[in-house]
Amino acid sequence: MEISMNKVVGSLKEAIRLSGLKDGMTVSFHHHLRNGDCVINLVMDAIAEYGLKDITIAPSSIFPVHAPIIEHMKSSVITHIDTDYISGPVGEAVSSGILEKPVMLRTHGGRPRAILEGSLHIDVAFIAAPTSDDMGNINGVNGPSACGSLGYAMPDALKADKVIAVTDTLVPYPNTPISITQSNVDYVVEVSSIGESSGIVSGTTQITTDPVGNIIARKAADVIEISGLMKEGMSFQTGAGGASLATAMYVKEKMINKKISGSFGLGGITEFFVNMLQIGLFKTLIDVQCFDIAAVKSLRENPNHIEVSSSFYANPSAKSCTVDKLDVVVLGAMEIDTSFNVNVLTNSNGIIMGGSGGHSDAACGAKLTVIVANLLRSRLPTVVDSVITKVTPGHTVDVLVTEIGIAVNPKQAELKKRLFDAGLPAVEIEYLKEKAERIAGKAEKVTFTEDTVAIVEYRDGTIIDRVFKPFENGQ
Amino acid sequence: MLFVPGISPGMIQNAGILGADSIIFDLEDSVPYDEKDAARILVRNALQSLDYGSCERMIRINSTDYTDWQLDIRESIKSMPDAYVIPKTENETMILEVERVIDESDRDTTFIDIIPLIENARGVECCDKILNSSSRIRTVLFGAEDYATDIGATRTKEGIEIAYARSRIVNAAAAAGIEAIDTPFVDVEDIDGLKKDSITARNMGFKGKALISPKHCMIVKNVFTPSLEEVENALRIIAATKQAKQQGKGAIRVDGKMIDAPIVKRALDILKKANIDGDFYE
Amino acid sequence: MILNHSSKAGSLESNDLLVLLTPLKAGNGIQIEINSIVKKQFGNRIMDITREVINSMNIKDIKVIIQDRGALDCTIKARLETAIKRGIGEVNK
Repeated sequence: MEISMNKVVGSLKEAIRLSGLKDGMTVSFHHHLRNGDCVINLVMDAIAEYGLKDITIAPSSIFPVHAPIIEHMKSSVITHIDTDYISGPVGEAVSSGILEKPVMLRTHGGRPRAILEGSLHIDVAFIAAPTSDDMGNINGVNGPSACGSLGYAMPDALKADKVIAVTDTLVPYPNTPISITQSNVDYVVEVSSIGESSGIVSGTTQITTDPVGNIIARKAADVIEISGLMKEGMSFQTGAGGASLATAMYVKEKMINKKISGSFGLGGITEFFVNMLQIGLFKTLIDVQCFDIAAVKSLRENPNHIEVSSSFYANPSAKSCTVDKLDVVVLGAMEIDTSFNVNVLTNSNGIIMGGSGGHSDAACGAKLTVIVANLLRSRLPTVVDSVITKVTPGHTVDVLVTEIGIAVNPKQAELKKRLFDAGLPAVEIEYLKEKAERIAGKAEKVTFTEDTVAIVEYRDGTIIDRVFKPFENGQ
Repeated sequence: MLFVPGISPGMIQNAGILGADSIIFDLEDSVPYDEKDAARILVRNALQSLDYGSCERMIRINSTDYTDWQLDIRESIKSMPDAYVIPKTENETMILEVERVIDESDRDTTFIDIIPLIENARGVECCDKILNSSSRIRTVLFGAEDYATDIGATRTKEGIEIAYARSRIVNAAAAAGIEAIDTPFVDVEDIDGLKKDSITARNMGFKGKALISPKHCMIVKNVFTPSLEEVENALRIIAATKQAKQQGKGAIRVDGKMIDAPIVKRALDILKKANIDGDFYE
Repeated sequence: MILNHSSKAGSLESNDLLVLLTPLKAGNGIQIEINSIVKKQFGNRIMDITREVINSMNIKDIKVIIQDRGALDCTIKARLETAIKRGIGEVNK
């Protein structure tokens, strides 16, 4: 007797029907198509047309391209969001209190923890698949909407009740290579396009041309060298922002001069890191997300560039995770306070414009966490008495590098001494805060209502802070 | 010496941390005609309110054939700049006019220097007289771009067309006991070219280089700061000279080379540039 | 002092501000409109500085529109002073 296994379904609406999605359930998405993603909007439109309401969406991140879902938030199709990062209009909408239930904000390591332990239960996972075969073997390295690593989709594929592959490139069976296997996929839907490739590799991966950013990057590279961690076998990660990437440039120069090579580069992989792999400055690239075409190509072609799941990357409840093997991470900050707590979630007006992403995870795991930031950005101080939102706790942050000076966390006495001996003395972080005030004047504090618009969960599941709705102008 | 356009508040307020020893806030070529009033006030205010740390603060005023050039000095003198850079300096009269305006101020202007910027043929011809025309002159700046245009030469990276002017100015500066600073390298992206040009300038006797891009600060600093090897060598020479004096010896050798007065002086210069107290020998 | 004609100074570059001045008939007083990317944090301060500069130059009737992009106090004062001087005297030739 022939059991026909036909996973390929004619439309998203049909897939939604077959998945058994009902009011009140949770759907999830990955964010590897970044600001070029079409899938979240397509699926949510289909869910709305299908007549469902009270849906929780759990995308690993939200970008400006997802602004259309605000309509679904207004009409209660979407009543709850569970994510690691929100930028653009959706963030502003959340901050304005458009949802009754506070948004849940996790980290890139906390999300797989929550999924795998069951506290974030996913009913239906929609996995944007740059290529898929008719059984749902998926990879992200081929196809017109290739995005590289599918690390953030892997826990969803494993644990969701139903998994639907959404692809624009159906290929003959068996698809190779395989990142998400058919063993976890229920249905496959073909759409005309899952993403806009220029948007997929968007945004934050340009090395800064700002001369101040360059000064900071140079200093940060010096700090890393002086820390003693710049030696044979060093492992290294940078954030996606301009000054972080510029720091990588100066670190690379020093590694070449000192004739040392690193063990692995981690991230968030960009062309820059791919180049370091190619010239032998890293033995391996561990890739949970590709930021540009060069990274996608390298993942496809270089056996030393490996794809890993978000759990492998940063899940603190897994038997082990890579961030714990990290020597140095260079990250940015919206705000940092005198206890070294970092805010990368809300801007100086208290509006949601980001989120931890992997920030808290990498800061926690790395031996040396370096924050690079301009002391003043358009008159607003980066160093404050108390951050508006605490995302990465101060005890995981080791040193702050600004154009005015370097501040070392008091618990890093050894590093402080090394810097002093090397002729690069650190200053107190309070001094930086006061200096910013002297230059720009004292900023009035933004005031908040009592309405919680988001809950901030630390990677281990504890609640580290809440985001409140700011008062409107004039109140 | 980094030029910063006087019309950009963003660049003006960040100038102090870019790694330059001196900042030249420009009111001349980088400021369009209809913004010169704005630049004057912007620069004056910035110098009065902002902390530039250990950077010297200088102002390039408009040339003395511009109607309101005196306002450039009168407005800004309240903020006590360290020096005024005088573009297109071609004779001592210009320097004396500038000095007269500075002296009119009721502030204590003792420590305000005048830096002639020599950037045309007449300036090069008269550089000796110019550099000796005022006790406020302790530095001279050479501007190759305008100079090459003035003499009808084609500007090249190798700089053969400006070799004479460079040497002449270095010579005049040395004779007058002041420092000569070389022209900026105008190709912002050509870092190798910048290095070569800076080394040429240093070898010719310039004590530093003017810059138009913050990107160039580190490279130029490295070229003009003596290397560890040069410093160690200089320290050895000074130590040997001291020892010889104590022992009543006359001629001495270090590393097989005869050490005479000019070599000792060069060693002291190197230590001075490296900011090391050479424990001077008399 | 009286503003003889409308004037402006500054730009919309980062860390700068655009100041637009319009003379008003005697008795209309000082009208100030401030738009700023850092309005919540420095809006009041910008207002105070604007009043201070206008009063120090003895101007009684004027409309001021400011579009601020995070300028420091010294820049705000500079742009106000420039715009006022332009509005009073001959436009810079």
